[in-house]
Amino acid sequence: MKEIFFVFFTAAVLNNFVLTNFLGICPFLGVSRKKGPALAMSGAVIFVMFIASIFTWMIYYFLLKRYGLEFLKIPAFILVIGTLVQLIETFMRRFAERMYDVFGIYLPLITTNCAILGVTLININREFTFHNSLVYSLGAGVGFGIAMIIMAGIREQLEYVDLPKALEGVPIALLIAGILSMAFQGFAGTVTLLK
Amino acid sequence: MNLKNFTKGLWTDLPVLRVLLGFCPTLAVTNKAANGLTMGLATTFVLLFSSSLISIFRRWIPSRIRIPIFIVVIASFVTIVDYTLAAYYREMHKVLGIYVPLIVVNCLILGRVEAFASKRPLGDSILDALGMGIGFTLVLVVLGSIRELFGFGTIFSHQILAKPYEPMVIMIVPPGALLSLGLLLGLMNLVSRRLEERR
Repeated sequence: MKEIFFVFFTAAVLNNFVLTNFLGICPFLGVSRKKGPALAMSGAVIFVMFIASIFTWMIYYFLLKRYGLEFLKIPAFILVIGTLVQLIETFMRRFAERMYDVFGIYLPLITTNCAILGVTLININREFTFHNSLVYSLGAGVGFGIAMIIMAGIREQLEYVDLPKALEGVPIALLIAGILSMAFQGFAGTVTLLK
Repeated sequence: MNLKNFTKGLWTDLPVLRVLLGFCPTLAVTNKAANGLTMGLATTFVLLFSSSLISIFRRWIPSRIRIPIFIVVIASFVTIVDYTLAAYYREMHKVLGIYVPLIVVNCLILGRVEAFASKRPLGDSILDALGMGIGFTLVLVVLGSIRELFGFGTIFSHQILAKPYEPMVIMIVPPGALLSLGLLLGLMNLVSRRLEERR
């Protein structure tokens, strides 16, 4: 139980996926202008990350590793993620129309989202067991969501601020992310406390 | 062949700073200039070979399944880079870690392949890939040098700022990446606006 909490906490807060590992920066900068879309994007990312982790873990250990095909890891994973996103989109459109209205437009963007491929590769690189990889992917998704929502909250207020022209848009978003990241560095000591 | 295809990657369409693509590797591996250079060259290699191959076969790639085909081609070259680094530059491979396989999802590469190489002849595609790759490498090296200079007092491990200078740890940890790229981007906007006004 303690280990599961530790894995989750590491992925979500300690090594926050966006602010410390820089995975998923594109949607983090692109879809964080308003809280609504930011929330929907986070939901879609958590969902796809979780399912992609299940499939890639099984494919790696039951297929690639068993037959000595580890070198196919990168093409195999990215294809699996692409196919999954397609499938999820089709299923959602058919069976969960309301969900599709909210998440739908963000799903295609997720295929080339480095956070998804990143989490599946980390699961393999760190040799996580199956349940740890699930917890880790869930934590990573939640961490992405936390960063997204904080950022969207700040950027909504930013609309009313008089900024230097050169800093408008992405530059100021990066500077704010830098300050947020600094705040997240403050969690660095908590691992020893947990242990 | 038009030489403009090469030069546009170095200024008008400079990756990261003017065309906002490829942020993940730019932020993640630039705590030292050498890391940035390696990542830049690896990306250039993948971009060059994927662009050439796809440009050669552009007539035979069915347009409905082109994106999966592009991704598989890119992923194959990334695998080559990953294994080559692991075999000959073990230390560097460890430092860059997961960000080497993640070259696959660098939107810069898929973007160039989709927008340029899949429609143009081989010569132009090679020039475009080289220009974009070198532009991307330059940005990574510049950002890496700035962070290394203030964070370690060195550039490419040569001592520049000596003893009385106290290295700023903030520059080599993640917040430093975001802050320095944000400022660099702001500076770039300022410079390009000034240049346009003058014209």
